[in-house]
Amino acid sequence: MTSNIKLPNYHGARWDEPVVMEMGVPGRRGAVFPAPAPAVAAAVGDAASLVPASMRRQDRPALPEMTEPDVLRHYLHLSQMVLGMMGISLFGTCTMKYNPRLNEWLQMRPELAELHPLQDESTMQGMLEIVHGLDLILRELSGMDQFVFQAAGGADAAYTQTCVTRGYFAARGELEQRNEIITTIQAHPCNPATAATAGFKVITLPLEENGYPSIEALKAALSPRTAALMTNNPDDMGIYNPQIREWVRLVHEAGGLAFYDHANFNGVMSKIRARDLGFDACMFMLHKTFGGAKGGGGPATGAYGCTAALAPFLPGPVVVKDGAGYRLDRNRPQSVGKVREFLGNLQVVLKAYSWCRAMGAEGIAEASDLSVLANNYMDKKLGQIRGLVRSHPKNTAHRMEMTRWGMGPLKEETGVNIFDVQNRMTDFGVDAFWLSHDPWVVPEPFTPEAGELWSKEDIDTWIAVIQRISDEAYSTPELVKNAPHKAAIAKLAPENLDDPAVWATTWRAYQRKRKGKAAA
Amino acid sequence: MRGNAPGAHPYMANALPETKQAMLAEIGARSIEELFHQIPADHRFRGELKLPAAMRSEAELKRHLLGLLRRNRSCEENLSFLGAGCWQHHVPAIVDEIAGRSEFLTSVWGTSSSDHGRNQAWFEFTSQLAELVRMDFVGLPVYSWGCAAGHALRMASRLNGRREVLVPRATCPERLSVIRNYCEPEQMESHIKVTLVDYQPGNGRLDLADLKRKLGPDIAAVYIEVPGYLGTIESQGAEIARMARAAGAEMIVGVDPISLGVLAAPADYGADIVVGTTQTLGIHMFAGGGLGGFIASRDEDRYAREYPTLNVSITSSVKGEPAFGLSLLHQSSYGLRDKGKDWTGNSTYLWAIASAVYMSALGPAGFREVGELILAQSHFAAKRIASVPGLSVAWPGGFFKEFVVRFDGTGKSVAAINRALAAKGIFGGKDLSAEFPELGQSALYCVTEIHSAEDIERLVGALAEVVRP
Ligand SMILES: Cc1ncc(COP(=O)(O)O)c(C=O)c1O
Repeated sequence: MTSNIKLPNYHGARWDEPVVMEMGVPGRRGAVFPAPAPAVAAAVGDAASLVPASMRRQDRPALPEMTEPDVLRHYLHLSQMVLGMMGISLFGTCTMKYNPRLNEWLQMRPELAELHPLQDESTMQGMLEIVHGLDLILRELSGMDQFVFQAAGGADAAYTQTCVTRGYFAARGELEQRNEIITTIQAHPCNPATAATAGFKVITLPLEENGYPSIEALKAALSPRTAALMTNNPDDMGIYNPQIREWVRLVHEAGGLAFYDHANFNGVMSKIRARDLGFDACMFMLHKTFGGAKGGGGPATGAYGCTAALAPFLPGPVVVKDGAGYRLDRNRPQSVGKVREFLGNLQVVLKAYSWCRAMGAEGIAEASDLSVLANNYMDKKLGQIRGLVRSHPKNTAHRMEMTRWGMGPLKEETGVNIFDVQNRMTDFGVDAFWLSHDPWVVPEPFTPEAGELWSKEDIDTWIAVIQRISDEAYSTPELVKNAPHKAAIAKLAPENLDDPAVWATTWRAYQRKRKGKAAA
Repeated sequence: MRGNAPGAHPYMANALPETKQAMLAEIGARSIEELFHQIPADHRFRGELKLPAAMRSEAELKRHLLGLLRRNRSCEENLSFLGAGCWQHHVPAIVDEIAGRSEFLTSVWGTSSSDHGRNQAWFEFTSQLAELVRMDFVGLPVYSWGCAAGHALRMASRLNGRREVLVPRATCPERLSVIRNYCEPEQMESHIKVTLVDYQPGNGRLDLADLKRKLGPDIAAVYIEVPGYLGTIESQGAEIARMARAAGAEMIVGVDPISLGVLAAPADYGADIVVGTTQTLGIHMFAGGGLGGFIASRDEDRYAREYPTLNVSITSSVKGEPAFGLSLLHQSSYGLRDKGKDWTGNSTYLWAIASAVYMSALGPAGFREVGELILAQSHFAAKRIASVPGLSVAWPGGFFKEFVVRFDGTGKSVAAINRALAAKGIFGGKDLSAEFPELGQSALYCVTEIHSAEDIERLVGALAEVVRP
């Protein structure tokens, strides 16, 4: 396949920017604060003397001393050395969407930015209405009875599930007995990890030929010790487990709870509802499916929803509508307490609410349509590129909103590996794709997801970049192996960052280890 | 249809019928519906979603949302003395400018070359925080102070195999609830027992006799906070660390880093692991959405190998340029799933960048100045409040920015007083009466650099009026 698409002639900014710890000149200031007012000083004396002698800071922290504009310019330079979706990013499992600037503008309004979580409810009616409004929208999309937003990420919502599971079975006197949680090898790592952190034993089901575990494997795992099933569907290979209803039925039959990690919701929004499939609880990623910005890794929100039967155990307080107003229900004796302080990342809740209001039911259904359409369009084109294979090739069904692919043949035939390809992609101003969580079930895996954001032309350009890199791998593999050539810096030197003599997570450690200087 | 339809949706390029047709033709499918054939028919939702109507126009959406937000009463238009886990501090304008940059805002996981600038900003966050706490190893941020404390207590328990931790009774109830969840209920085999250590009624500091009674060979860690939840500066840190070490326990200290220009670095009085909030380093409150936490320790193998966080290390590129990569990724839940160290995921990384800007802007002199200003103003406020008949301050010296005001002498409840203050545009301190009944009708007042001497006088005047019999 040759393409006549013109590839971007991109070049990243290169500022050779020093680490901030090396910058500045003694005596320069970036922020100053006034001296205490005369009346204050007269009343309390020397401020330093107000600290017990043993607790006074003796040294000056070795921070940079810079002017305000120099600080601004330094971090602007750093921001320019972040590709961060400025080109095209089909970063699978993360549902790259447009993050409307309106929502960023709204979050900075003092009516939100300068709101304290312990203010009286009467002074937070607007915010509480937004929380309740999103709760109602998510209930409609899932069939659940109550949502809370305390979890500060998708994994934290999985953790919330483990806490609710503990609370539910403790109330029934079954917690000591029900100490196992079942998940699958294709479930996101946060499911087994939070289950283990919460004190459960984890059973991980392997995949069969079709790309999902067998009913027999599930049956063998179920027992009176089963507390819950935690799984996502579709998984991030784009495979929908058609037996999921039966799975939930079997889990319930064994006395366990069924939790739907709905992080991969984009392709199925409006098409299925977690509660209709029998699930007791689910979570949505507001920083993903619902248009909140990723911020490079949060602030994020895992919206956790459940049935009325589990609702008493939710972390509180819960926002409820009461007559004309909204209030925080704190009187929840069976609540598991907090998974994180206060009510959650409410600015992310605002963004998700705004996104839902911008989309409406029709827009949400359309976004789901378009994301599955785009993925299958992309699938078709990727299938024509040399060296690539689709995961579970025998499962030829149209995939959902993303598909796991592999470059195993390309690596075998050219020596170019998937990390080389990632690096080369960025030379075209295209963000590297997501590979796969560990363990890799497909050699040299990658997982593109176009969602509803990227236009057909963007996808065509992206495909043309992959096509070009495949061509290069077969013709000039060194070009790919030495990439990137046009990014802010070259690729990493092969240093072992797991070696204590080498790693340095702070400038202090670096000074001590590498520069032979003792830390101050 | 198109003639009458509202404009194409501004977020979705491929919504045009001709684009859809072209894509379907390429796939070889007749309809979009056909692409969903993996989902069995009886799984499908066929009803109508009852959602509020769409507002495609930004102007319309903005009007709606601003209308809702305007029903809030902020700490900007009112005078607030609330703290207790989320604090109002000055945020330099350049912090907001950088944290709002699209490149940082919309980044996800790139390569070390393509996202070099962001990785460097993360390293500058850990490096500057390391100077404040004087520790050599700092992980990337976690969700909150409470979550950081929870992880740190679990780290300690894994390090020495012990299953009980000592935590001050005067701990923020929100944070304590998070900690209890992280330590698991007693029905779990891996449960870690949380035992509370009393404070001294006379000064609010840890009761060392009680600590001594509770310390023993089963204790995995002693956790203290500086400043404590009730505002006091724990001055016995070195002695507590000595006692913890003698019992073979880890010493964990929780700090509010904005205090570290004037308060001793936790490493200097014997902390093994330091945790705390990042919210006070340049993050707005966002009704609690500004929270973030961190974990730091000495750079020793045994600690480093227990971190649940992602960790960014400085290294170099093949051309010798400074570069940044992840260290110890394999031990995280991404590497080891249920065998990993607790779990990690999306956290508060954008705030780490904001905090890096904040620390660079303040520098050593800024941290000293802001610390001294807070100390002076909070002590001034405490003095002035104590001068109001019927009011007293529980521990009038040795605190940082928060202090306990007692109202028993007024015969009025804090709830009633706070209602009366609200009518005057003042948010009074957090009501402690239910959490700490031994303090009677009391409230936790917070005074920072954002307050002026006039603000404090306004509060004092209002208090005098509302408590008057
Ligand atoms: C399926 C799935 N579940 C859970 C998560 C965890 O979410 P977070 O990183 O917000 O903790 C992800 C992350 O993208 C995911 O893809």
